[in-house]
Amino acid sequence: MKTSNHLIFALLIFLGGTGASAKNIQLLNVSYDPTREFYAEFNPAFAAHWKAQTGDTVVIKQSHGGSGKQARGVIDGLQADVVTLALAADIDALHEVAQLIPRDWQQRLSHNASPYTSTIVFLVRKGNPKAIKDWNDLVQPGVAVITPNPKTSGGARWNYLAAWAYARRHTGSEAGAQKFVASLFKNVPVLDSGARGSTTTFVQRGIGDVLLAWENEAHLAQKEFRAEGYEIVVPSLSILAEPPVCVVDKNVKKKGTQAVAQAYLEYLFSEEGQHLAVRHFYRPTSPAVARKYAQNFPQLELVTIDAAFGGWPQAQKTHFADGGVFDQIYAR
Amino acid sequence: MDLTAAARPFFNMAVVVPSVLFKVRPLAGAPLRATQDPRWVRWLLTGIALGFLGFFLVLPLVAVFGEALRRGLGAYFTAVGDADALASVKLTLIAALISVPANVVFGVPAAWCIAKYSFRGKSLLITLIDLPFAVSPVISGLIYVLVFGAQGWLGPWLIEHDVKIIFAVPGIVLATTFVTFPFVARELIPLMQAQGSEEEYAAITLGANGWQTFWRVTLPNIKWGLLYGVILCNARAMGEFGAVSVVSGHIRGETNTMPLHVEILYNEYNFVGAFAVASLLALLALVTLVLKSIVEWRHAQAHAA
Repeated sequence: MKTSNHLIFALLIFLGGTGASAKNIQLLNVSYDPTREFYAEFNPAFAAHWKAQTGDTVVIKQSHGGSGKQARGVIDGLQADVVTLALAADIDALHEVAQLIPRDWQQRLSHNASPYTSTIVFLVRKGNPKAIKDWNDLVQPGVAVITPNPKTSGGARWNYLAAWAYARRHTGSEAGAQKFVASLFKNVPVLDSGARGSTTTFVQRGIGDVLLAWENEAHLAQKEFRAEGYEIVVPSLSILAEPPVCVVDKNVKKKGTQAVAQAYLEYLFSEEGQHLAVRHFYRPTSPAVARKYAQNFPQLELVTIDAAFGGWPQAQKTHFADGGVFDQIYAR
Repeated sequence: MDLTAAARPFFNMAVVVPSVLFKVRPLAGAPLRATQDPRWVRWLLTGIALGFLGFFLVLPLVAVFGEALRRGLGAYFTAVGDADALASVKLTLIAALISVPANVVFGVPAAWCIAKYSFRGKSLLITLIDLPFAVSPVISGLIYVLVFGAQGWLGPWLIEHDVKIIFAVPGIVLATTFVTFPFVARELIPLMQAQGSEEEYAAITLGANGWQTFWRVTLPNIKWGLLYGVILCNARAMGEFGAVSVVSGHIRGETNTMPLHVEILYNEYNFVGAFAVASLLALLALVTLVLKSIVEWRHAQAHAA
């Protein structure tokens, strides 16, 4: 019965196409890879909330991919009402390259416009056969490390900077950190373009001993593939990843969706939005919700991009720009 | 009605007569016919060929359907009936329904010009037709982003006039048309060249105008080749991934064609869904292949007649 309902409903949509009545609103959320499951649940919740508040029906369409690639799409004309990307530098590009948003976009919402945070952890195979405990185990010979390409993936940049922060702490110098990260990337057999691609490489194709992953992505893979018994290893030090969100001013002005787009992002910071974030293994930014779920998230030392790397523009320029440190160590 | 048996003497004659007339001499030591190879060589080669086919073609195809049906028919039909999956089917069909006729409309005159006339720049035109084969599909997609993107040449004008090309259906149709452009023309050019222009000359001499010549003489001659080109063109149009991926924007239920939707579902660990949509694509491919075989068979019949 349920199946046939689905079929009829789908058929109606198929036949009806995009024919929409006046008070139907459509939003496009251009996001990065590991948020698929979270927004699949958050979008209907917001639609119900908006319907209760205004009576309007809002349908949120999703587009997912590597964070840098997605930003490029919006710059090239993808009509996103909101972007929810992996790092601030990718949203900065919307201002720098295309003037789609003002320079101070990150001040428009609380918590640096990041409704949820995450960090970088390790996913290892059942029983942790290579005995990986911390970052220094990743540069040992014979350990294959899976991480996406920092040029195209936001998650990969957080991975890289977390490794760098650890190495600088333990070697005491930038030069030592560069040497450490260079030897880590010598252990990387494949660079996928996005975080999800790397997860499938590790999980589906069975390549590598350890996957550097978003905490939420690691939990999701563990949950989806319970039978394989993947284990999460939390290193001694990692980075506080703040995936920010932003209304794309130029697009919402043209489409007349400013108010609903704004409300959509604000709802991420609401009690319900924060609870959903926790359900999908994101660390909540609301202190009350964070206290409630403190036992869900292991404590570890987290450095911030501002304190450890002088903010994203600086880190981007030094490490990931053409000819930057990553190019130097990966060119070999 | 055993035509093949009736035709066999003629066939044998066709083989025997030239060798008698021209005294065909085998190369020293080389066998006259392949079937004179030792039995084990024949078995080994046939075995390798069949094994290869089975391993690289049949097995993956079986795997696609096997994975799609792993959770039973109910799960399969739920996955196929999903709104986003149907939207991707619809978009794929739209893209093929526009790009294939467009390629016929462009391909037939192009092949006609190249095969029947000689003019300056003919080789340039042939090269241009082959361009989509030579360029990587990803580059083809990027060309459209460079031209129609918000930062591209025509982007600002398009935005001002609220015309959507890339990250919308027109861009997907354009990219599909571009990568499938050579199929029809490339299929027709050798055929038309082989047929020569004599029949057309005869028609014109007898007082037919250009349109009548095309409609009554040329088209009947090329119809099987044309159909074959259309079928190949259609297969590629439905299966295209690279170029479409670049201009799609990957909006779920809106700008995802079937191949793109398969990738998305796979990345969401929704393997039944991914393989269900993949099986639809495979079915379309099989239908295409059957049509192709029928066309080839009819073509052979038409020639034999």
